[in-house]
Amino acid sequence: MEFELSEEQRLLKESVDGLLTEVYGFERRKKYMKENAGWRKAIWGRLAEQGLLGLPFAESDGGFGAGAVETMIVMEELGRALVLEPFLPTIVIGGGFLRHGGSVAQRAAYIPSIIDGANTFAFAQLERNSRYDLENVVTSAKKKSNGWIVDGEKFVVINGENADVLIVTARTRGAQRDRSGIGVFLVPADAKGVSKKSYPTQDGLRAADITFTKVEVGGDAAIGDPENALSLIERVVDDARTALCAEAIGIMDESLKTTVEYMKTRNQFGVPIGSFQSLQHRAADMFVALEQARSMSMFATMAADFDDAGERAKAVAAAIVQIDKSGKFIGQQSIQLHGGIGMTMDAKIGHYFKRLTMISNTTGGADYHLSRVCESDALL
Amino acid sequence: MDLAFTNEEQAFREEVRQFLCDNVAPEIRRKMVEGRHVPKAEMVTWWRILNKKGWAVSHWPEEYGGTGWTAVQHYIFKEELQMYPAPTPLAFGVSMVGPVIYTFGDEAQKKYYLPRIANVDDWWCQGFSEPGAGSDLASLKTKAKRKDDKWIINGQKTWTTLAQYADKIFCLCRTDPTAAKKQTGISFILIDLNSKGITVRPIQTIDGGYEINEVFFDEVEVPVENLVGEENKGWDYAKFLLANERTGIARVGLSKERIRCIKELALKVESRGRPVIENPSFREKLAVCEIELKALELTQLRVVADEGKYGKDKPDPVSSMLKIKGSEIQQTTTELLMEVIGPFALPYDEHPESSLEAMDWTVQIAPSYFNNRKVSIYGGSDEIQRNIIARAVLGL
Repeated sequence: MEFELSEEQRLLKESVDGLLTEVYGFERRKKYMKENAGWRKAIWGRLAEQGLLGLPFAESDGGFGAGAVETMIVMEELGRALVLEPFLPTIVIGGGFLRHGGSVAQRAAYIPSIIDGANTFAFAQLERNSRYDLENVVTSAKKKSNGWIVDGEKFVVINGENADVLIVTARTRGAQRDRSGIGVFLVPADAKGVSKKSYPTQDGLRAADITFTKVEVGGDAAIGDPENALSLIERVVDDARTALCAEAIGIMDESLKTTVEYMKTRNQFGVPIGSFQSLQHRAADMFVALEQARSMSMFATMAADFDDAGERAKAVAAAIVQIDKSGKFIGQQSIQLHGGIGMTMDAKIGHYFKRLTMISNTTGGADYHLSRVCESDALL
Repeated sequence: MDLAFTNEEQAFREEVRQFLCDNVAPEIRRKMVEGRHVPKAEMVTWWRILNKKGWAVSHWPEEYGGTGWTAVQHYIFKEELQMYPAPTPLAFGVSMVGPVIYTFGDEAQKKYYLPRIANVDDWWCQGFSEPGAGSDLASLKTKAKRKDDKWIINGQKTWTTLAQYADKIFCLCRTDPTAAKKQTGISFILIDLNSKGITVRPIQTIDGGYEINEVFFDEVEVPVENLVGEENKGWDYAKFLLANERTGIARVGLSKERIRCIKELALKVESRGRPVIENPSFREKLAVCEIELKALELTQLRVVADEGKYGKDKPDPVSSMLKIKGSEIQQTTTELLMEVIGPFALPYDEHPESSLEAMDWTVQIAPSYFNNRKVSIYGGSDEIQRNIIARAVLGL
């Protein structure tokens, strides 16, 4: 057991931090947000230049063969800077499907263009009634000669409008909630029959609702077994949820730092408000909440290598429960301790709060994941 | 970073577990599981077995009898003791006064006291709190006045845990009443509890038991050489000791063992026609508690791994957080046990007339719940810990 980052991991953290400090100030972020894609191509290029987009891929696929800890490190830093660029949908999710389920040909076709920053991905999974249940899929993929025909509607697809490749979950047979009969398909974003409605999200990203009408893809579009890909989907989504936990830690850490700094400089009644014991204790509780969450983020990261998928899923669920609880407390109290200024779009703290809140609603939060832990006979 | 235990660490865990299986008297284990009082003689016998094995003062420097284990091994050892469960070494000697003596004491003190602490030849108790000095410990009034080659001690200590068993007490005494700051006039003195002029009076706590005592000092004579370190520097040693106390105070293994008990009991006891464990709201509370405990376990390991980062004499202020969370979880587990047994929490003391055979040890559950309210009060209350975090960690 070893908690220290290795020399290489420490250098990775420093290099990401260095880059983001250079290019990702709060004012600049506002500009990037206004670009068409909702993020900035040049920044994505910088991430590619530093090798960050190739991190998790095997060396034989042109990557660096890094593990879950490296993804955690990067996501935490991206969280700190509230980065808009689509690292999660492209590297963690798109890359994750290719790494865990892609054929040699698929990996060769897609991974190089991810690593060099040419293509970004989006994950079209959420449906009108599915919420957080991955097996709840209505969108259909029907076999037609050598290929598939995809029909259905997907919602709140992050980076949906701008992505070059969509990863779509679709049912190849069975009923809406069957665990079998689900496939994962690579769909070019410009395929005929794909239509998108794009909009900003609460936390400054961009998402799209996407309709697939008789979209034809080839037989080589399916990742893994088109009739039985749920365990692959669960694997990749667990990784994505773990990555979001790490992003949340970066945000919580910055929120607490920013808030404590404010408490030291904001004067009322002739003294810094940080001298008041009721506020000091609140900040101490935020610190405790953060460290508990950080430990669980590490726990989920460690679970990425568990052999038992059930244990892995439970660890991720448990981590989300803790991170959601801590995140709500830290987010809400950061606003409270900032007072009026915390309510404004001018202060960064509100933007942290918004992203933290949306992460919770993206992962499913404490309620959903606590019920998953409780479904296990042995509990945690 | 690698959060999995290595094969060597797993093997070490097995070794500790096997040693406990072979050496802890079944009587002691049963009493521990049931939350009962373990008599002094049984505990001392067990600790001496541990000492013979060389594990009684495992975390001390090797030159004083420590094991030279890694931080993770220490953690595993403590966790296995708490989970087995077996009595952990007497904290007042092994974790409190021992480290103060080997860090700040002179050669004669080290030579005399340290082996006796390891073998529990002396049972130590802690003379810190006073009626007027609780959280504001530095306002203590017990006086030590130099007279020739003696200290003359007058005053009163309170909340002195297990003083009724003790041979020795380490005391904070005021040696310079004129010091500008109240913290600077305090000394750390070792006192034989059998000295003339000492009276120990037990205090009954809300669980009905007798753990704590008042200790009165009336013209008690103590040899001058019983001063540890420098005169008037006792406050620094006390801070060192209290921070040591806090890292041990998370009690992760103990809470794990209690959660195991909760699960076992909640499967047996029925409510509304189903085992309590199947009641969704109970189940969720238990799961949340387990998740918090898992987080605390890793947080503790992180603190342990960082040991030394703040220098040998300055334990990590983050240990305050372990105290806060550890206390909260310990209290939650006793509260969950209360929920499980429901109406059978009421009977006071053993009830041989009762036909509730399977539940014969549940009589300890309410006392344990009452008793555990202490954990967020002792060793620096939760509120004091928050002060420490605000000041030492956040810089407020």
